[in-house]
Amino acid sequence: MLNNMPIRKEKVPIKEQPADVRIKNFDEVCLGYTLDEAILEAERCIQCKNPGCVLQCPVNINIPAFIKKIRENNLPDAARIIFNDSTLPAICGRVCPQETQCEGNCIIGKKNEPVAIGKLERLVGDWVLENGYPDKFEIIENNIKVAIIGSGPAGLSCAYDLRKMGYDVTIFEALHKPGGVLEYGIPEFRLPKEKVVRKEIQNILKLGVKIETNIIVGKTITIDQLLNEEGYMAVFIGTGAGLPKFMGIPGENFNGVFSANEYLTRANLMQAFDENADTPIYKAKRAVVVGGGNVAMDAARTALRLGAEVHLVYRRSEKELPARLEEVHHAKEEGVIFHMLTNPVEILGDDNGWVKAIKCIKMQLGEPDESGRRSPIPIPGSEFTMECDAVLMALGTSPNPLIASTTPDLKVNNRNCIVINEETGETSKPGVFAGGDAVTGSATVILAMGAGRKAAKGIHNYIQKKLGKD
Amino acid sequence: MKKFEILEKINLAPDICYFEVYAPLVAKSSKPGQFLIVRVDEKGERIPLTLMDYDANKGSVSIVVQGIGLSTKKINLLEKGDTFLDFAGPLGRPSELLEISENELKTKKILFIAGGIGAAPIYPQVKYLYNKGILADIILGAKSSNFIILKDKLNKISNNLYITTDDGSEGKKGFVTDMLKELIEVENKTYDIIITIGPMIMMRNVAEYTKIKGIKTIASLNTIMIDGTGMCGGCRVTVGGKTKFTCVDGPEFDAHLIDFAEALKRLSSYKTIEGEKLHKCKIGLDQ
Repeated sequence: MLNNMPIRKEKVPIKEQPADVRIKNFDEVCLGYTLDEAILEAERCIQCKNPGCVLQCPVNINIPAFIKKIRENNLPDAARIIFNDSTLPAICGRVCPQETQCEGNCIIGKKNEPVAIGKLERLVGDWVLENGYPDKFEIIENNIKVAIIGSGPAGLSCAYDLRKMGYDVTIFEALHKPGGVLEYGIPEFRLPKEKVVRKEIQNILKLGVKIETNIIVGKTITIDQLLNEEGYMAVFIGTGAGLPKFMGIPGENFNGVFSANEYLTRANLMQAFDENADTPIYKAKRAVVVGGGNVAMDAARTALRLGAEVHLVYRRSEKELPARLEEVHHAKEEGVIFHMLTNPVEILGDDNGWVKAIKCIKMQLGEPDESGRRSPIPIPGSEFTMECDAVLMALGTSPNPLIASTTPDLKVNNRNCIVINEETGETSKPGVFAGGDAVTGSATVILAMGAGRKAAKGIHNYIQKKLGKD
Repeated sequence: MKKFEILEKINLAPDICYFEVYAPLVAKSSKPGQFLIVRVDEKGERIPLTLMDYDANKGSVSIVVQGIGLSTKKINLLEKGDTFLDFAGPLGRPSELLEISENELKTKKILFIAGGIGAAPIYPQVKYLYNKGILADIILGAKSSNFIILKDKLNKISNNLYITTDDGSEGKKGFVTDMLKELIEVENKTYDIIITIGPMIMMRNVAEYTKIKGIKTIASLNTIMIDGTGMCGGCRVTVGGKTKFTCVDGPEFDAHLIDFAEALKRLSSYKTIEGEKLHKCKIGLDQ
């Protein structure tokens, strides 16, 4: 289907709120393509016979096929194609690291800018949120109860698939709002809550999935109780990786030193950026964010919007920043000041126990470590201090041991990650499945979604087999 | 019965209210020493509260709330028949007393030292012992007579109940630590375990004294927190030189190992902001 028109070298530009405007609000930065813009961008896809994009997509969405449908102005068919492999396109289109996945392996991208696959996916996802899924499917009830623990991307996708197969699905959520990291972690300016997250959840609830908030499985009720007393035939654990890491350097418990998790949870889940919310958040004058991932960018940009001058320190170089390229780009545009090859060694406080400065050391890159990235080595004698009144630690998160500690026969590894059979999602405990960050440690929404769907199949097979045998 | 419906409300003291709340799942799993997270309305904070009582048969959990900040003042405006928006738990580890065998407990002399609404969270622990036939001593302190709560309830299930007030309007004039010193130094009482719950300064003072005397002391911390499940780290506290999360590692810790100086400073993190919020929103809160 190649026509003879030369392919545009660059992506169709996407509308965004200008940096000087958006740093004063929490509204979404990227405004998305209009249908006309999307069709124009879709025309840049050359419909490869062996598409590299599909290979690099963690759930192997048939990308050229849905792009072709956009080009033909057929969004219902585009949606049908995406939904074969993904349940959360409006979310993944916004938060996937496309540059290392689909777009990173786009043939057009070898010489020019790759096709804006993420933005096109988002358009289709938003269309579905607006118009509903194009087909009505009938749910044939089988009255078999399955419990899902956690309402983040893994739990939601697992629930969605199981419900479509006819299961009686209940999601248990520890917090007061469903969504997991989509709600407490990722800020409004990157992933709108009302417009996207809650709508996505509403669509799943409309299928008849039930959500019980305020239930901390492992505390309020145990997995054994769910299985043995409450009549659930299987349980899926999608509890994510919610435990913040700290550096273990002196001064970390001074007031004004926060985990990015705390800072973002206050701002996002508790809406503390809104003056009318009861939950307070500290509005720093000069904040230092430690880390280079998406959470670090989110924390930095939140602090910026709350009025701070923001400095971000990262121990490796810019090339190794694990954050999405778009977030780094946006953070810079908004005025976050980057200090690469810099690592904190101590936090200094005043007499009242408030942070007043952070002492850092300059780093250089040595040999690659086990992650394949060149490991940072401190340069002796290069210490310097930066004044600040807040430090936000964004060093990654690990799975919550709450469930494992109350489920003795559930096997976890030395990083507290639940051990599963990769193909089926089965854990060491019969009838109990797991997926997402609770298994992998902190990763991406799309991987969690993929794992949730895989486990749905695993649960279905497990239950069918069990019923057949019984 | 509605979810999280208030079955009973009693005004115990100025701005201090008792609520019995319908929460069958929480009631079924609750143990002495654990806490809950409650929220009053859509704008409300997640407030951690150590539980006071629970009744699995009735499906109810009781808490005592002191109106200090905006959200707790709003909670105290709720009446019987109203509902909490959120009521999650039980969180944290149960009291260390539950790890000690009944036979061993019976050999121990146990003293509870509670300040202000700290009388509420000691209640389930005193009751736990009482149900095993063990009668503990209690020191109950408050600023004045009308702030002494749960006196009769505690009196029924304990051995000696000593009262102190800052202004001398009831019991001995002075602090709980004055009474503690008197019991040990004048009355020559001995205790094997002291459990102290109340204002951070009071617990620090108790711990400083009992450390010198070499009496094992447990304190229950009420720190700043959001989720209560280990996610935010706002509740971190240094215990024995190591950082611990009050929500999952506590709320009870060995009082002699807690860095109270740091914990006291951390408690004041949001004082100014909260003061502003309270000031701004006060209209409508004062009846």
